[in-house]
Amino acid sequence: MRGVGAVLRGAPRAATGLAVLGAALLVAPLLVDDYLLSVILITLYFAFVGQAWNLMMGYAGQLSLGHALYVGLGGYAAAAFFVHFGLTPWAGMVIGILVAAAFAAGIGLLAFRFGIGGVYFALLTIAVAEFTRILFEHFEWVGATGGFFLPVENREINDLLMLRGSPAMFYYVILAMTVGLFLANVALIRSRMGYYWMAIREDQDAAQALGINTFRYKMMAVVLSASLTALGGVFLAFYNNNLFPIDAFGIHRSIEIILAPIIGGLGTLFGPILGAFILTPLGEVLTWALDQLGVQMAGVKHLFYGLVLLVIIRSLPGGVWPWFARRLGIEGPEARP
Amino acid sequence: MLTVEGLELYYGDAKALDGVSVAVEDGEIVAIVGANGAGKSSLIRAIAGIETPAAGTVRFDGEDITGWPSYRVCDRGIGQVAEGRQIFPNMTVRENLEMGAVIPRGRARCDETVEDVFAMFPRLREREGQAAGTLSGGEQQMLAIGRCLMGQPKLIMFDEPSLGLAPALVAEVFETIRTLNAAGTTVILVEQNVAMSLRMARHAYVLENGRIVLSGLAEDLLDDDGVRQAYLGL
Repeated sequence: MRGVGAVLRGAPRAATGLAVLGAALLVAPLLVDDYLLSVILITLYFAFVGQAWNLMMGYAGQLSLGHALYVGLGGYAAAAFFVHFGLTPWAGMVIGILVAAAFAAGIGLLAFRFGIGGVYFALLTIAVAEFTRILFEHFEWVGATGGFFLPVENREINDLLMLRGSPAMFYYVILAMTVGLFLANVALIRSRMGYYWMAIREDQDAAQALGINTFRYKMMAVVLSASLTALGGVFLAFYNNNLFPIDAFGIHRSIEIILAPIIGGLGTLFGPILGAFILTPLGEVLTWALDQLGVQMAGVKHLFYGLVLLVIIRSLPGGVWPWFARRLGIEGPEARP
Repeated sequence: MLTVEGLELYYGDAKALDGVSVAVEDGEIVAIVGANGAGKSSLIRAIAGIETPAAGTVRFDGEDITGWPSYRVCDRGIGQVAEGRQIFPNMTVRENLEMGAVIPRGRARCDETVEDVFAMFPRLREREGQAAGTLSGGEQQMLAIGRCLMGQPKLIMFDEPSLGLAPALVAEVFETIRTLNAAGTTVILVEQNVAMSLRMARHAYVLENGRIVLSGLAEDLLDDDGVRQAYLGL
């Protein structure tokens, strides 16, 4: 598989587009108001966790419908150690990642050792997420159902060490995270492990017959994806300043995570990012438009997401990115659905 | 070279192999014939380490490999061309071949072996950069065989290599197996095409309901009335 660099050299329009987008994202906090910035910020967040989920589903072919579990665990762990012990989230995230990785390893061990695959694996991920939600609803140390709150301090002072500060600071943090994960994915997908994942996704029996240690590489995919998602969870907790079990671990959160990669294109590098940039702003525009009309309907955004998903699956089953890539003149693996 | 003794395999409560014993000598072709569901594929999967047997032993080159995970079995030199070919449809022909060389045993000579495979199957060279899913059935079977060769196997287990192929291609696949065998590769051939595989093999085993019901020299089995009635329709 060629690198993204080579792909882009073959498609000058795409390279130009990417450069313009990059520059726009870099200066965005200077140009747009706080509301618009928050929309881009949440878009980037979904691009980040979408990429993390895509590693596991898009590349290694293991469907998780409970990824909110890792968002919640990462967020709760870092927030709890910050509030109770004053620990910087940069250290707290290590704890969050370890906790999430341990849960993921438990799920993987259970599933892959006992041959739980496909739909049953997906159900297991939901079950563990739900179980953890109920656990946290009774976990007094982090506020139980009443929620867990981070102290909101002066938002004018940017304290990067404690991750307290202005929306612009949070914006640059998530921008760096999303771009960083993208670059890491480029390397990962071209690595030996990336190829093993794709072999497992395409035909697990064949991968095993060729001597790929399918157990080890599926475990790697699950643990890596969970760890990265937990990192996203730390960010979200410190940005939102509050955590509720239902909002952290709920199934609707898990579904939100997987929409962007599915709509953008499973198993593609750009898919989750493109999907997030399509879905999140559209959802915001819809909410705003309905507000202007004086309509206030709970859940209308999710209804809309469902409709978008339906339309995409009907018309572009491989996702928007493979179609878009061909239009940009990008050939090869990145344009493959 | 390969000695299987008293192998038992269960899928849940269902017994797939019931005390199967098979011996394969260095450099020969052994045919395993039997009806659908007799346990032929189960035997291959148990030898390859994809399924774990409940009882019995598998010895390869004097080493007890019973219950080893498949990646270790592969690295000892047992390769397989699975039923239905199992190529990676979205990977290119070359990527498929390279995936065949992931075990340490195959990694070192990866590039040379790709050339060997292309020399053997020139049509694969022409389609090197094409997604494997776009190949014809015959080409996919060649790719599956080539991919197996990438792991430098001493023993190759073929599971229904002629399945779904046109007669001309079937002859070609059997010719390929003969060539590989002549070059020193030991072969286990599982086939529904009983006449062809018995003509090619030295020894043969007949599997029924997970048991070996008949075994011996392939040419003798070809003359056996029971085999002729049950499998050759004569």
